[in-house]
Amino acid sequence: MILTFAWRNLWRNKLRSVVIIAAFAVGIFAGIFFFAFTNGMVNSRVNAVIGTEMSHIQLHKTGFLENDQFSLRIKNVDRLLPQIKKLPEVKAVTDRMIVNSMIANHETGLGVQITGIDPVNEIQVTDLHSRIVEGKYIGKTDSDAVIISKRLAKRLKTKLGDEITITVQNNKNEIVERQFQITGMYETENMLFDDANIFARKVDLANLTGISGNEAHEVAVLLQNNQSTEAVTTELIKEFPDLEVKNWLQLSPESGALVGAMNEYTYIFTIIILLALSFGIVNTMLMVIMERVHEIGMLMAIGMKRLKVFLMIMAETVFLAVTGGIIGTLSGWLVSAYFGRAGINLYFWKEAFGEMGFSSMIYPTVDTTVIINNAILVFIAGLIASLYPAWKAVRLKPVDAIHTV
Amino acid sequence: MNIIEVRDLYKIYNEKLLPVNAINGINVNFETGEFTTIVGPSGSGKTTFLNILGGLDEPSRGDVIIDKVCINQLSESKKTDFRMKNIGFVFQSYNLIPVFTALENVEFIMQLQGQSKTERTSRAKELLIAVGLGDRLSSRPSELSGGQQQRVAVARALASRPKFILADEPTANLDSKSTENLLDIMEKLNEEEHVTFIFSTHDQRVVNKAKRVITIEDGRVVSDVRK
Ligand SMILES: Nc1ncnc2c1ncn2[C@@H]1O[C@H](COP(=O)(O)OP(=O)(O)OP(=O)(O)O)[C@@H](O)[C@H]1O
Ligand SMILES: [Mg+2]
Repeated sequence: MILTFAWRNLWRNKLRSVVIIAAFAVGIFAGIFFFAFTNGMVNSRVNAVIGTEMSHIQLHKTGFLENDQFSLRIKNVDRLLPQIKKLPEVKAVTDRMIVNSMIANHETGLGVQITGIDPVNEIQVTDLHSRIVEGKYIGKTDSDAVIISKRLAKRLKTKLGDEITITVQNNKNEIVERQFQITGMYETENMLFDDANIFARKVDLANLTGISGNEAHEVAVLLQNNQSTEAVTTELIKEFPDLEVKNWLQLSPESGALVGAMNEYTYIFTIIILLALSFGIVNTMLMVIMERVHEIGMLMAIGMKRLKVFLMIMAETVFLAVTGGIIGTLSGWLVSAYFGRAGINLYFWKEAFGEMGFSSMIYPTVDTTVIINNAILVFIAGLIASLYPAWKAVRLKPVDAIHTV
Repeated sequence: MNIIEVRDLYKIYNEKLLPVNAINGINVNFETGEFTTIVGPSGSGKTTFLNILGGLDEPSRGDVIIDKVCINQLSESKKTDFRMKNIGFVFQSYNLIPVFTALENVEFIMQLQGQSKTERTSRAKELLIAVGLGDRLSSRPSELSGGQQQRVAVARALASRPKFILADEPTANLDSKSTENLLDIMEKLNEEEHVTFIFSTHDQRVVNKAKRVITIEDGRVVSDVRK
């Protein structure tokens, strides 16, 4: 009965209620959409970190990560790889050489990191092959071929098919150099990555530096899913005590921090919106009570208990918030889901996003826990906003309320 | 049988700053089935008196005993409960809940009393028929005339089966035809159902219908006439 009463009261001043409900709807819509948007951004960043840059887990010789010393190499890779591969959570694994080098052509020279890859295994671990925008990915037999980024090519004023000179230190600390041919160009969203990384066959690099093909600087592991990252990390640490085993969250702590921070920011954003809206509701409900002084007095006079009056005002306030909340949530969800498929192309900010390592194509992703948390927040906001008006209402004395003109 | 006993009643407003002696020692009893009107000049204390009788206001001194219960000693919440169960109210205005239909308005108080839906609806219909609004059950107050609204209020007041009905100038906002109509209904309910009415008025024609007329001046009973 109190609920029916409260619900009908809501529609006494339609315009006013609609305005408040609309304000809530817009606020919640914004909250949900903003959440989905940042979530999509973070997800694509995480996917890039895992898919292109890091894979899930990497193994190195202890100390290599700190100073990437050429001599810190993992031995007997041919036995190590199958050992890792047989774990059920592991999807693929590959080994790499990582060498700091100078690359030069007749125009200019630059310092970059050259990664020696096993072209066949690499395809299964990272998506470098799908990031080729010009030329082609390195084939198993393409000796002395190199893939550089499009950005780097621009800086070197070079083009596909051109030769560049790669200079590295060999295992005897001598400077050696060789001509490589640019057979492919790649592009990722992360411009810092693009500026610093080129790829060649591991066998060519081993050959150039004079080390055995059975050694590697890095072993990269791709898992079946993100959830098993921690567990497999622990397992590999146990299995290879003399190696340094790190997962992507540890290798790129800023990506993990980003996920947490974005969540926090969006909750703070939602709470601020709700706070502002709640003030609107409190104000509206105080007006409502002013208008209904006589009626509330009459209700208490004929025997409606204060608690019931309190609950009635509370219900009315919560209805306002929750109705707006439902509309906002549903529309936010729908719109986010639509753009989650279609994507939002912020091409005009491509540069800025790329410099931060983000894709300018964003696929908002709705998270159901966020929707639930949002709903709870709206409900709580409604409850809190109702307290003061409801308290005001029950403080009325029936005799005064009836006779106030 | 005495349903209300008023003993040595005083009411002083603004006791500290600017005292107004609204009630100055009233002793009076009301019996079941009476049809009483309280009259007196403006400011004589009629409203104050009825409010205290109904437990809406507290006396400064003295007691109001309703069916052996001294209501001015009850807590606020007990008093609300007592009003709901024992007293029917008809106010001059703002009697009805605007978002409820006539039927729902009458049902409302029975709902507060916790009666079942079928019981409520049948009694509410019965009462609305009794006040001549059988065909307006689903009208909202805004769709009813002032006189019809007051009749709904009377039906509502009766719905809780109170010991008596208090009405402070129930006809003040009505034209003479509606006034007569309302009074006829009240009179009929009094005669046929033995409903006890206590109401105040300024209207001489209303006074003429009453079976007992209590005149108040300066917060004192100056005459008490039964016909
Ligand atoms: N809340 C109040 N505060 C102070 N004085 C009051 C209050 N209510 C009533 N009074 C005073 O008490 C006296 C009695 O008022 P009351 O309203 O009971 O008279 P009444 O007989 O109902 O008058 P009317 O016929 O005009 O309705 C008046 O002098 C009035 O000014
Ligand atoms: Mg009066």
